[in-house]
Amino acid sequence: MNTRAVLRYAGLAAILMYCLSPFYWMLVSAFRRPSDQFSLSPIPDPISVTNFTAVFGVDVGFGRALVNSVVVAGIATVLTLLIGLSAAYTLARLRFRFKNAVAALIIATSMFPGISLVVPLLKLVTDIDWINTYQAMIVPSMSFALPLAVWNLTAFFRQMPGELEEAAMIDGCTRLQAFRRIILPLAAPGVFTTAIITFITAWNEFIIALSMVNDKSMQTATVAISRFTGAYGFDQPFGTQMAAGVVVTVPLVVLVLVFQRRIIAGLTAGGVK
Amino acid sequence: MTVLPRRGRAAGEAGRLAALLLSPTFVVLGLVVGYPLVAALRESLYQTGQTVDAEGFVVQGERFVGLDNYAAMFSGPAAARFWNAFGNTTFFTVVTVAAEVVIGVAMALVMHQALRWRGIVRAGILVPWAIPTAVSAILWQWIFQADGVANAIIGSQVLWTTEGWQAKAAVMIADIWKTAPFIGLLVLAGLQIIPRDVYEAARVDGAGPVRQFFSITLPLVRPVLVVAVLFRVLDTLRMFDLPFVLIGNRKESVETLTMLAWDEASNLRFGPAAAYATVLFGYVAVVALVFVKLLGADVIGEARERIRKDRARKEEPLVRPGVVHA
Repeated sequence: MNTRAVLRYAGLAAILMYCLSPFYWMLVSAFRRPSDQFSLSPIPDPISVTNFTAVFGVDVGFGRALVNSVVVAGIATVLTLLIGLSAAYTLARLRFRFKNAVAALIIATSMFPGISLVVPLLKLVTDIDWINTYQAMIVPSMSFALPLAVWNLTAFFRQMPGELEEAAMIDGCTRLQAFRRIILPLAAPGVFTTAIITFITAWNEFIIALSMVNDKSMQTATVAISRFTGAYGFDQPFGTQMAAGVVVTVPLVVLVLVFQRRIIAGLTAGGVK
Repeated sequence: MTVLPRRGRAAGEAGRLAALLLSPTFVVLGLVVGYPLVAALRESLYQTGQTVDAEGFVVQGERFVGLDNYAAMFSGPAAARFWNAFGNTTFFTVVTVAAEVVIGVAMALVMHQALRWRGIVRAGILVPWAIPTAVSAILWQWIFQADGVANAIIGSQVLWTTEGWQAKAAVMIADIWKTAPFIGLLVLAGLQIIPRDVYEAARVDGAGPVRQFFSITLPLVRPVLVVAVLFRVLDTLRMFDLPFVLIGNRKESVETLTMLAWDEASNLRFGPAAAYATVLFGYVAVVALVFVKLLGADVIGEARERIRKDRARKEEPLVRPGVVHA
């Protein structure tokens, strides 16, 4: 029994090592001085924030890129939830013909390869002069965000007992009132979880942001990091990039730490019924 | 008897309400998914750029070329590049997803046994998922530097990010790292709905841990696993960010179909780009269809729910799916 327990903890430790050690290396490398950037010591000595000050240097424009990311991912999340809520409720609650076909169609759209959307959308965006705008990134982002959100929300609505709104409707509520007053408040955790997952996915988006924008001041953070040309010398500025990576990732990691239970419920909701 | 027409009317009303509530989603999806798909199909039959017309004048603009863009993939100067990209895409998908399934299932089994530390491990396992792919590509580029930590650990001097097998390996390692935990999470959720007494019965019948894994665990998590694998396969087939940032654009050893199409589009060769994208779309669709039809990937979860409801209605004692009586 004791050896089993030891094995158990060894297994868990191995998983944590696997998941966290590359992330830890990013942290460590970000906090080194540029002069000992290539050091292999597991702890930065001395700890330095030079890389971080370099990231937010005026000529790098990373602050602007962060703002762009927040705007794009934020607006995309809000729009997605506004539009997706009614569809999810319908799929979870109403009985109508072709329901399965509709659900399958919505899920299928999330499986389309992004590139087969990006090529024509790039052309369209060029034609209507949307290049280097927020909307050129936000609207195409809904192609993956909306199916994801509808799917997640549907799973949450399904978990709620149907008697609740039946009772409300017997008491004289219309379906819309039942939805607004009974279902939505109760589904708030699910909506919130979906918002987090959608936001993270939109925040991590790369190919659309890369294609629709060529003006540096409109780049999102993920694109900006991949395009860094260093503040120091000709080498690839890994120290600065690691610091930028930490800045982009830490908010997500904090979200994940705080809401891990809910996020996992959301991620697995569709897969396991 | 009078109930019937009323139910019919109610169904019609529900249908109209459903259509109304679904329409915003379908309008948006039609605009950002439906329209581009059709446009890509059309675009793939055209070529843009300068050509010389019959009278020797230079003509600028779109020209209908029929299936030329597709024909060029199978023969002609672009064929080698296309088949290389096709091969890379398929190779990455098969190898990384296979490795992710093995690692993911192992992780899930370990986590399922855990009584304590669950919260920490659960949070930790989400970290690779939450890191943007572009950032993880930079991170692995740093790890795989010539004098970086990866070479220091294995005591070699591999130039990971240069063309060759090592570039493929670097991309696959980075991808496996990021997504195996995701499979682990889904499988763990599947494990948690297997009732304990099934294992007890197996133990009473004298089945060892290995036998239990292959006769109970694997068959019962199979539905979850098939869906997880389907998602991962479709995701890997459209891989772009990771090789693009980690190794670079126009690198033969890691160029995927998406990278090829993107490169053509960024050079304003929209016709060939759309053709590549359409071929990838067809590839993805065929793979998805195979998963749903042959392996029974139940993506919607509707079928399972229906079965469960039926069972609950009959109020039978749940007959556990046939196990270990052999």
